[in-house]
Amino acid sequence: MRALSSFATIAVVLSLAAPRADAAIAGALDYDGARLLLNRTGFGATQAEIEHYVGMSREQAAKALLATSRTAAVTSPPPAMIATGPLQYPRRGAGASDEEIKMFRQQQVREGLDLRGWWVGEMLSTPSPLTERMTLFWHNHFVSSQQKVKLTELMYRQNVTLRAQALGNFGAMLHAVARDPAMIIYLDSAQNRKGAPNENFARELMELFTLGEGNYGESDVKEAARAFTGWSLDRERGEFVFRRALHDYGPKTVLGRTGNFDGDDVIDILLAQPSTAEFVSRKLWREFVSPDPDAAEVKRIAARFRDSGYDIKTALYALLTSDAFYARENRGTLVKSPVDLVVGTLHQFGMHPGDTIPFAVAAAGMGQVLFAPPNVRGWPGQETWINSSRLLARKQFLDRLMRAEGGATGMLQSVPGNTMTASDRTPWPAPDETDQARRARSMRAVDSGIRSVQFDSVAWFAQWKAPADAQKRNDDAVRLLFAVAPQTPPQASEPLAMLRELVLDAAYELK
Amino acid sequence: MMDRRRFLKLAASAPIAGLAPALAAANLAFGAAPAGADYRRLLILIELKGGNDGLNTLVPFADPAYYALRPKLAIARDSVIQLSDAVGLHPALEALLPLWRARELAVLQGVGYPEPNLSHFRSIEIWDTASGSHQYLQDGWLTRTFALAPTPADFAADGVIVGSPDLGPLSGGGTRAIALANTEQFLRQARFATGEGQTRNKALQHILKVEADIVQAAARLKSDYAFKASFPQGAFGNAIRTACQVVANRPGVAVVRVTQTGYDTHSGQAPTQARLLGELAAGVVALKNALGEVKRWDDTLVLTYAEFGRRPKENLSNGTDHGTASAHFVLGGRVAGGLYGEQPSLERLSGDGNTGYSIDFRSVYATALDRWWNVPSTGPLGGRFTPLPLLKT
Repeated sequence: MRALSSFATIAVVLSLAAPRADAAIAGALDYDGARLLLNRTGFGATQAEIEHYVGMSREQAAKALLATSRTAAVTSPPPAMIATGPLQYPRRGAGASDEEIKMFRQQQVREGLDLRGWWVGEMLSTPSPLTERMTLFWHNHFVSSQQKVKLTELMYRQNVTLRAQALGNFGAMLHAVARDPAMIIYLDSAQNRKGAPNENFARELMELFTLGEGNYGESDVKEAARAFTGWSLDRERGEFVFRRALHDYGPKTVLGRTGNFDGDDVIDILLAQPSTAEFVSRKLWREFVSPDPDAAEVKRIAARFRDSGYDIKTALYALLTSDAFYARENRGTLVKSPVDLVVGTLHQFGMHPGDTIPFAVAAAGMGQVLFAPPNVRGWPGQETWINSSRLLARKQFLDRLMRAEGGATGMLQSVPGNTMTASDRTPWPAPDETDQARRARSMRAVDSGIRSVQFDSVAWFAQWKAPADAQKRNDDAVRLLFAVAPQTPPQASEPLAMLRELVLDAAYELK
Repeated sequence: MMDRRRFLKLAASAPIAGLAPALAAANLAFGAAPAGADYRRLLILIELKGGNDGLNTLVPFADPAYYALRPKLAIARDSVIQLSDAVGLHPALEALLPLWRARELAVLQGVGYPEPNLSHFRSIEIWDTASGSHQYLQDGWLTRTFALAPTPADFAADGVIVGSPDLGPLSGGGTRAIALANTEQFLRQARFATGEGQTRNKALQHILKVEADIVQAAARLKSDYAFKASFPQGAFGNAIRTACQVVANRPGVAVVRVTQTGYDTHSGQAPTQARLLGELAAGVVALKNALGEVKRWDDTLVLTYAEFGRRPKENLSNGTDHGTASAHFVLGGRVAGGLYGEQPSLERLSGDGNTGYSIDFRSVYATALDRWWNVPSTGPLGGRFTPLPLLKT
């Protein structure tokens, strides 16, 4: 029961006394509403970004946000990703030596790391954070992992494909994903042949991409797999190829319809099912609104989504203008993903790292390796982001970030040999590496990134242009940084120490 | 019977001050419900990460097919430590021989599951969640166990995961699982956790609970028990030392999981596996000595596991590729030593060149649950798996 008075101030500032319907918000966005909108659709909004949206109606705000959407990244990818010419990779079956295969693997690991760093950089510098959030959302919906795909370039191309339709058309994206080379490798489509079907893609297409469990039968999976036979990969060019000789041209019956279907026909049959729009809308709800979708609202949004021919902006507009999105009881109910926490914190505090790879490594240490979700279901998210080791990893990262003022952190620089090597940036262990060595390695990598950040807490607080007494500082920071009130009011009044206490508060893990 | 998660839900309906006391209340009130769960008995899981080659661990030296499949990698008959007329241990496991002779070592042959998956990530997930091959479960098998039959509230934690950031069988919500590399570092980092506060917010409740778990574990774990037993050098030896530090604290934990890495031997397998198995044997012997010292070896059950074994036919790089069933070890003061199960046939391999299995891994888990902890296994395992007669009666 300490520092009751300042705790009370926070509660007033955030109007968190009790969950209630908030009539004031219905008209125009207040500060909390604007912050909610930007933090849920982007990564850690700044004071200036929030102020830009205050006063807009919900509809204006959603329109303004959706109008920023992009179909391509603003930053250039690592050069190796856009190299021309055939894909080069050694194959044991084709007589490659162990040494060649080992070198190839190491090269893919290096390139994979560059790719992760590049995406984190894009998230930080894009004028449309919503585009990156949606690209990440689809990455976690149409899962492929570099662990299996290996070729970094194909993971990059998939990312380009997902971004192109991230706020475009779900149907078009689904058709593109079925032809995506990384997906063809990840879900074994190349092994799907007439007479010897591989059901992996067809099963996940129904279970995870469109209908959801319980809305199809085993025979639908088997028949759909036949329709996708021959959808394969030109391994030289790394491009989709349809192999006629391997395609099953016989009639198939999928969800009660019979015909000489190919893969595109099956996708259209799935898109015609109401459960597809509902399945995707439910997932969007969990991404943007709360962990507990409202069945009636999901139905309403799904109907608009489907009626629009699967226009993703239509679904998002319905979601982002809904009462549920702004409802008090849904605020602070989502756990920040590691990418949210890392990218959002950097952005919110105006931190500009010299090298973004260490921050991709930091997110990996908290359980989110970009381009390598744990399995075909993706990251389960929400409370699974927090266990003892992940939580301590998050807090340690935040603690170190808030000690790194001016880039000169005596504590870190005094550690001998504390410089990052190329291998320090590897997100997964080398074959014989111990977990302890890996941990130390990734710690060095993250430290090197943190040291490259120039953060001036006094300058950061100066954006409020107000007399810098401790209480005012606290109120301003809390209002910007927290979706629900901090559990413990900070004891420190010195700017950096106060921020350190705030970001280590359990409530900072939420958005 | 009310499980912990349901209790938390109820608790959530009223604001509560700090979750640790609430959990304590939960256990006091309901912990005794599945009568007789005995968590004074310790379970130690050793994960052989990467997929240990079972065929060169428990060697079928009398089977000509073995030598035909492994012209370069086969262990010569005269260097095998013979356990029976048909099978014997890799010579690097010699340190385990006294345990075998004392009948405190059981060797399980052909541990696997139907429709095996050959991906490291998916297959270890199947083992950790005790799922079917096509079933995706979020909670680890021990998470489900502790949800149905909670550990005593005064335990430092349900379980401690040593030297690996993923919680494996303790993953998912609800458990008091602590992952640490060593106890000193954990005690240093634990200062970041407070676990203070109260809320109706479910996500925040979860975070505060994890913080409270960290605080409770940090308060009860120490890092300075002075063992007379010595521990081997190296990462695995350090992990065993850490495990023993955790166990030396009373009241302790129900389970410790230790991971030994490096078993993914696609090339140059022989020296790597010999080194790893040597470290494994030395570590297990140190574990027995140290736990004997604190009088816990007789209530300790050690199980090894891995995502899969390796393919019987060696590859062209003097290594082996991902396989299916494998041999595993069970050790402890109350273990009924000997061989269990059958060595899978090397004559009848699947299309991808792998063996069948003779013991479903979930039967091993059922043994730990039904026979060791006295917790009915059908709930946590989602079905009936017959326990093995691995324990002295």
